[in-house]
Amino acid sequence: MKINGAQMVIEALKKEQVDTVFGYPGGAVLNLYDQLYDADIRHIMSRHEQGAVHAADGYARATGRPGVVFATSGPGATNLVTGIATAHMDSVPLVIFTGQVAIPHIGTDGFQEADITGITLPVTKHNYLVTDLADLPGTIREAFYLATTGRFGPVLIDLPKDIQAATGEFRYPKTVSLPGYNPVYQGHPGQIARAAKAIAQSKKPVIYAGGGVVWSGAEQELLMLAEKTGIPVATTLMGLTGFPGTHPLSLGMLGMHGTYWANMAICEADLILAVGARFDDRVTGKLSNFAALAKIIHIDIDPAEIGKLVDVSIPIVGDVRRVLAELIKKTEPCHTSHWLDRINEWRAEAPLCYHQEEDGEICPQFVIEQIYRETGGSALISTEVGQHQMWTAQYYRFTRPRSLASSGGLGTMGYGFPASIGMQVGRPGELVFCIAGDGSFQMNIQEMATLSTYNLPVKVAVINNQYLGMVRQWQEMFFRRRYSSVDLKQVPDFVKVAEAYGVLGLRAEKPSEVIPAIRRAIAEPGPVVIDFRVKAEENVFPMVPPNSPISEMVRGNG
Amino acid sequence: MKMRYVLAVLVENKPGVLVRVAGLLSRRKFNIESVAAGKTGDPGITRITIEVEADEKTLEQVIKQLNKLVNVLKISNLTSEPAVIRDLLLIKVRADASNRNEISQIVETFRAKTIDFSPQSMIIEVTGNEEKMEALMLLLSGYGILEIARTGKVALLRGSKTLINNGEARENGKNVL
Ligand SMILES: Cc1ncc(C[n+]2csc(CCOP(=O)(O)OP(=O)(O)O)c2C)c(N)n1
Ligand SMILES: [Mg+2]
Repeated sequence: MKINGAQMVIEALKKEQVDTVFGYPGGAVLNLYDQLYDADIRHIMSRHEQGAVHAADGYARATGRPGVVFATSGPGATNLVTGIATAHMDSVPLVIFTGQVAIPHIGTDGFQEADITGITLPVTKHNYLVTDLADLPGTIREAFYLATTGRFGPVLIDLPKDIQAATGEFRYPKTVSLPGYNPVYQGHPGQIARAAKAIAQSKKPVIYAGGGVVWSGAEQELLMLAEKTGIPVATTLMGLTGFPGTHPLSLGMLGMHGTYWANMAICEADLILAVGARFDDRVTGKLSNFAALAKIIHIDIDPAEIGKLVDVSIPIVGDVRRVLAELIKKTEPCHTSHWLDRINEWRAEAPLCYHQEEDGEICPQFVIEQIYRETGGSALISTEVGQHQMWTAQYYRFTRPRSLASSGGLGTMGYGFPASIGMQVGRPGELVFCIAGDGSFQMNIQEMATLSTYNLPVKVAVINNQYLGMVRQWQEMFFRRRYSSVDLKQVPDFVKVAEAYGVLGLRAEKPSEVIPAIRRAIAEPGPVVIDFRVKAEENVFPMVPPNSPISEMVRGNG
Repeated sequence: MKMRYVLAVLVENKPGVLVRVAGLLSRRKFNIESVAAGKTGDPGITRITIEVEADEKTLEQVIKQLNKLVNVLKISNLTSEPAVIRDLLLIKVRADASNRNEISQIVETFRAKTIDFSPQSMIIEVTGNEEKMEALMLLLSGYGILEIARTGKVALLRGSKTLINNGEARENGKNVL
């Protein structure tokens, strides 16, 4: 039976077991949307293409399955770019379908033509422009394969209108042939043995765990390795859900706004086991001082990450989960009790702290800590970007796999709110909180309509400090308090915004109102926006000033 | 220490593959001296020869990053192996009846070829290594070089070894770096 290109897309999605697509229609995807009309696939319509791609990203982070996006040509496609780049930086598996002008019009500046494969070349794992219907099924098969194997990432397929309309035989290939793409999953046994030996010989080992732990689903293996060996674990922002934040061996996050004890441990360590992490500058501070006394073992699925920034003594290319499973077999308990004592001294010396006065202004950290308490750490959390993001990393103890969506690599304001929509769509029974800044929330606030339309019970906690707080903090600390364009002037009224979209809006202005507001939101079956009016000029501490060694932390807050 | 390396890269002959390679090299700020691309005996495969100036660590990154491109099949560093490396140069030099013979002598000495004459100029074609080209250009500059076009380096391993049979490029399962 012959079917058209748009039908082929739908058939292929079914073969890939896709049940949800995030998107926004337009002239170049009319065929696709016509097929969606009565297909067995749910379409979540956003109010801006950026919202759709971030939602697909949140869906992928919460479920581990690829997020799928539809958008039209030209402006529809270019509106996706920030979201694609966000996913690319954090290795999020996405398959994105964009409409394109008909093949004869390509290259002629046709109406709503944009060279989206050219534009997204540096921010996709791979992309395709389909120019022959016969290639379509194989291309989709490849796209899903590439997005979800090796180091995950976004893959884009640009579909000219005439390809969507043309008809042909549909045969979905069972296998792919990609001779230039051979990810290595199994770690080299010799290297793993060397790593085990180095661990046995170390006195001050630290595990530095990143997003690779989350993507490979290695939470259990990491926990087993840490417990068997007694090695403490510091994580990156991306790795926060990779290891339980409540575990005695957890050091919390390391880096610029990491804990003092995690950073000091890295500085004094004689062995770093870097697991699915990439030595980002927000983590390492001044690179030449990072773990300067340590031998480094680096496990990563992407060989190009190994040796990219730091010299590594024992490289292991492979899937984090498989490599850790092998490593566990070869390791013995280490004598780390002295080392852990030393770390606990640092912990006592400079704990995370803030002072919530009973009838003073609300501290933003207090709000986040109470969300943690009231949810018992069981919620799925998304964050926007800024101070509230770092406070979430510090004060919310993540204990569940895939319970965080936050833009780490690109630091995209406007990511968190649509991402929370995707998380809720992907895990419908769960309690989802979006911890948002008043600035970031406004970058994709139109998605309130999506939240409302689909009645998704996300709780949006706006940490409203009336500032682009993180930028204000840098201006305070490094630019003599010259507050240039960071004042958000208490606009808009977020309660009224919520109400305008038919969503319950709550406000907390005093510390005593924080817990009741959170409880009320949790009890509410539908979506809620809570406007937490918090202290305007609170800073995130501790902090490593840019390009300083991570041992040199500004502690602040007394 | 920075050095010039010559890499032979086999890629799938897919639309945009050159842009992928060139875009990657430029956005990662790798220092490229020359890039030459052309068909191979297999119509599905294009061979790109890249000359890069880098230290060892950067070279390793260039190779690893190129390897991440889905369409890249094989990369071989020919600098560390016996290889024939050639670059084709066309030089248009100012020449008239008074010095044409003199220039022709230089051309002969360098085993270059004169391929075009006009009353005021001639075009010389030469292939060879860097030093030979530099020396020739230096000599001809005395007469006035009007224009130069070069292909960039292309290279093959010496002997019967080829990139496909036992080049040192990436192989499935190779994971010790
Ligand atoms: C799209 C985008 N534009 C600009 C920035 C730079 N930036 C980083 S944090 C920040 C302030 C965020 O303000 P808000 O959302 O209110 O969070 P707060 O820091 O106040 O908690 C800005 C402007 C960014 N990260 N992303
Ligand atoms: Mg703010």
